[in-house]
Amino acid sequence: MKFSEEFETRFAEMVPHYPTKRSALVPTLLYAQDEIGFLSDEVIAEIASRLDLTELEVRNVISYYSMLTTKPRGKFNVQVCTNISCMVRGGEEILHHCANKLGIGHKQTTADDLFTLEEVECIGACSWAPAAQVNYDFHENLTPEKMDRILDEYRKKGTQ
Amino acid sequence: MADVTLTVDGKKLTAPAGTLLIEACKSVGIEVPSFCYYPNLSLQGACRMCLVKIEKMPKLQTACTTVVSEGMVVTSDSDEIRQARKSMVELLLGNHPLDCPVCDAGGECELQDMTFSYGAAESKFMEAKNHKEEQQWSPVVFFDRPRCILCYRCVRVCGEAMDVWALGVQNRGVSSVIAPNKQDHLECEECGMCIDICPVGALTSGAYRYKTRPWEMKHVGTICTHCGDGCKTTLGVRRADTGMEIVRGDNRDKSGTNGDFLCIKGRYAFDFANHEDRLTQPLIRKNGKLTPSTWEEAFTLIGKKLADVRDKDGGQTIGVIGSTRTTNEEAYLLSKFARVVLKTNNVDHHRTADFPAFASALRGKPEATARMADVFSAPAILLIGNDPTDQHPLLAYQIRNNVRLHRARLYVVNSSPIKLRRQATNFTQIPAGAEGKFAAFLAGNDAAADGLASLSKTKDESLDLLALRGKLLAEEDLIIIFGSELRGSDIANIVNSASLIPGAKFLCLADYANSRGAADMGLYPDLLPGYHAAATSSQFHQEWGDIPQTPGLDLPGMVNSAEDGKLKALYVVGSNPVGRLSLDPFVFSKSFVVVQDIFLTETAVMADVVLPAANAYEKSGTFTNTCGDLQLVKKAGEVAGTKSDFEMIVRIADAMGFDIKKLIPFGGAMRADMGQSRGAQSGEADRHAVWLEMHGLEPKLSPLDPMAILDEIQRLVPGYDVSRMNLLAGNSEHTTLANSGPGVTHKPESILPANDTLFTSGTLGRYSRALNSVMESREVKTTEVAAD
Repeated sequence: MKFSEEFETRFAEMVPHYPTKRSALVPTLLYAQDEIGFLSDEVIAEIASRLDLTELEVRNVISYYSMLTTKPRGKFNVQVCTNISCMVRGGEEILHHCANKLGIGHKQTTADDLFTLEEVECIGACSWAPAAQVNYDFHENLTPEKMDRILDEYRKKGTQ
Repeated sequence: MADVTLTVDGKKLTAPAGTLLIEACKSVGIEVPSFCYYPNLSLQGACRMCLVKIEKMPKLQTACTTVVSEGMVVTSDSDEIRQARKSMVELLLGNHPLDCPVCDAGGECELQDMTFSYGAAESKFMEAKNHKEEQQWSPVVFFDRPRCILCYRCVRVCGEAMDVWALGVQNRGVSSVIAPNKQDHLECEECGMCIDICPVGALTSGAYRYKTRPWEMKHVGTICTHCGDGCKTTLGVRRADTGMEIVRGDNRDKSGTNGDFLCIKGRYAFDFANHEDRLTQPLIRKNGKLTPSTWEEAFTLIGKKLADVRDKDGGQTIGVIGSTRTTNEEAYLLSKFARVVLKTNNVDHHRTADFPAFASALRGKPEATARMADVFSAPAILLIGNDPTDQHPLLAYQIRNNVRLHRARLYVVNSSPIKLRRQATNFTQIPAGAEGKFAAFLAGNDAAADGLASLSKTKDESLDLLALRGKLLAEEDLIIIFGSELRGSDIANIVNSASLIPGAKFLCLADYANSRGAADMGLYPDLLPGYHAAATSSQFHQEWGDIPQTPGLDLPGMVNSAEDGKLKALYVVGSNPVGRLSLDPFVFSKSFVVVQDIFLTETAVMADVVLPAANAYEKSGTFTNTCGDLQLVKKAGEVAGTKSDFEMIVRIADAMGFDIKKLIPFGGAMRADMGQSRGAQSGEADRHAVWLEMHGLEPKLSPLDPMAILDEIQRLVPGYDVSRMNLLAGNSEHTTLANSGPGVTHKPESILPANDTLFTSGTLGRYSRALNSVMESREVKTTEVAAD
């Protein structure tokens, strides 16, 4: 199992920050997921052996956090918030709009592997509700029209 | 630690600082209910059943995570608390199926008990229950997900106590679920601890599930018949067509030295007893074929033949091979029968440890043998050779948990990186076969270090051999445990080296349930019981009368003698030398061979007479584990058509025309008082019987009563004069070797280790479906390699 040099530098730098190796598990999983796209069996085995954990322990942690996934996702992970602030400002409408436009439901991926849609809990953007997060980028004060533009832009970026 | 005083429900109580409130309450008889709390496991605080009111604390507190403090005032039961517990049970029952009438745990389920104590008959939940199909995780472990109440006991016992870490929790909140390490199945030591510790019926055992109900069985706590550790296993038996069938083995009786522990063999490998290949009638070779016969015919034939050979050719032409799985009483009786009735010293058994050398090294040292219980409490342990995780699972458990709970220092010296190195303060790898050199080096022979250095490597701290020796010799109350790698003078070396260590104790590992007993009871050609030499006069020569003094033949000697046509008869009791020690079966074709066994083994097929024997779960007596702990074996199962080895030996002696009273001290001058003389108060007669029994004075009315021989063993075998009362109460009593006879030096090659794994158990293991099914499931999945 090979990771990028960037990952290796980060990993090497991070581990000694913690009193025990296993403490580095969650950030390591996040970095690996960002790089590979999801946490494959191979990634799990590699990280387990690096941090002296069993694969089961790594899987336990992955299954606890909804942001970590063992299944491949699309290139853009569209996370629409439907928590209270977003809900009262039309978050659910945005979610349904995305679902209709992309033709997929919660935690599903489009056939071209470009988009994955997810309904998520509060992403901390209540002041600009309704909000959505695509990978690590925030999109705020959404309306269905604005959402359309955003998705089209991503589609263009993804097919270039 | 200093004591603190607190008040619970108006009762003043004192407990050491650091005690958990739940334990402090228990110590004065106040039961605080809990699911997730389990003594000696890490704290979870998940189930919220142990909520109590503590004055000056705002909300109800969990008694399982609260440490007692000075002046604490606690209420363990009030309307508020009952209401809280009721709500917890209601939540747990929210998705718990109401299948108690078919659930294995029904009748001994903690959730059932709690529901009766605290639960409500009605629930506010209207939702449909979320059903999931049950899953088979391994041949012995089944998981019924909806029944799980997420107490995490299984996860903790598997990881912390067993160091296997095969179970985990996945997902979060209400969707949390217990998960096995290989996604859809388990790869583990199959000990079944998770099943026993499960408070409900979520984890059930492949051996027992849906077979019967707990209240339909009789539960007999006896000693496991597999390895030499002497775990107590509780066998659940019920009436069957063929007698009493064993349907379950578990840890219901936690009073043994094993406490919570049992491995797969103690828990599931009782099933050989129900195997359809069990012998249930005597077989006599007629026209070259083993043919079913009657007991009468068999005993008459054996008695006549053996008496003829003894009288015509002399006792030295008869060989006797004893067992490492028969009781002490049977081993002693066989030893005595050979000498007194057959007039032969040709007695041997499958030796897996050099106990004669051990006994001789420990003469005059009364405190120098370790009990199994000591291994859990000693401050430091040195383990030389062996792999206890495979060969002595209880010992491994004791060591592991001593390190975990008491921070014992463990020094491991082994030729391979055994699993226990993970608990070791120091692990030194030496070349295979160099264990003896290490013993010599420890004893001060610096030259012996030469052969050790090459592979030497240590964990955590870099210790060279000299530093390691320095550390070991600076320890106090060190327990030195060694496997069969150390023999003869190695044992003397190791014992001598420790003479500088105050309070040092030793533990010599042998492989079978009563290997130690077989050795102690003198199943040797040159040793009588208690390691007294056959050649020199001892009390046995006076007690047993005219017995041969020339040392007899050991097993290879008997084979040679048979090849030369000199061995006219061979009597094999519960042993399979042809199968286990690769003897040529045709060697004995000219001898008259009698085999007593539970199966038609490789040895039995070549016999002239085969007698169907009862196994250790089907008789009473005592076992001595490898540490020398003596424990009571209780009869649990019964298979019609078999007899105990004890009875068969007695009947053969009888058929030979021997006066049985000279073999078994039964009857005698004492007149049996069965309580008749104590009038109408029947209770008084019962109490009298208990008193007689605990003092070993109950009338031995039958020559088939093993307790009559136990009387003689306790009187004559050094170290066995222990409290009968304690023994009968189900406790272990430690026997020491301090007053043994001098022992003798045997050839090192006479020791043949069994090398059993967790899933094998000599000939017996081959007839266990549980063990075989685990091994078969492994063969299919050879591509997966366990983490350790």
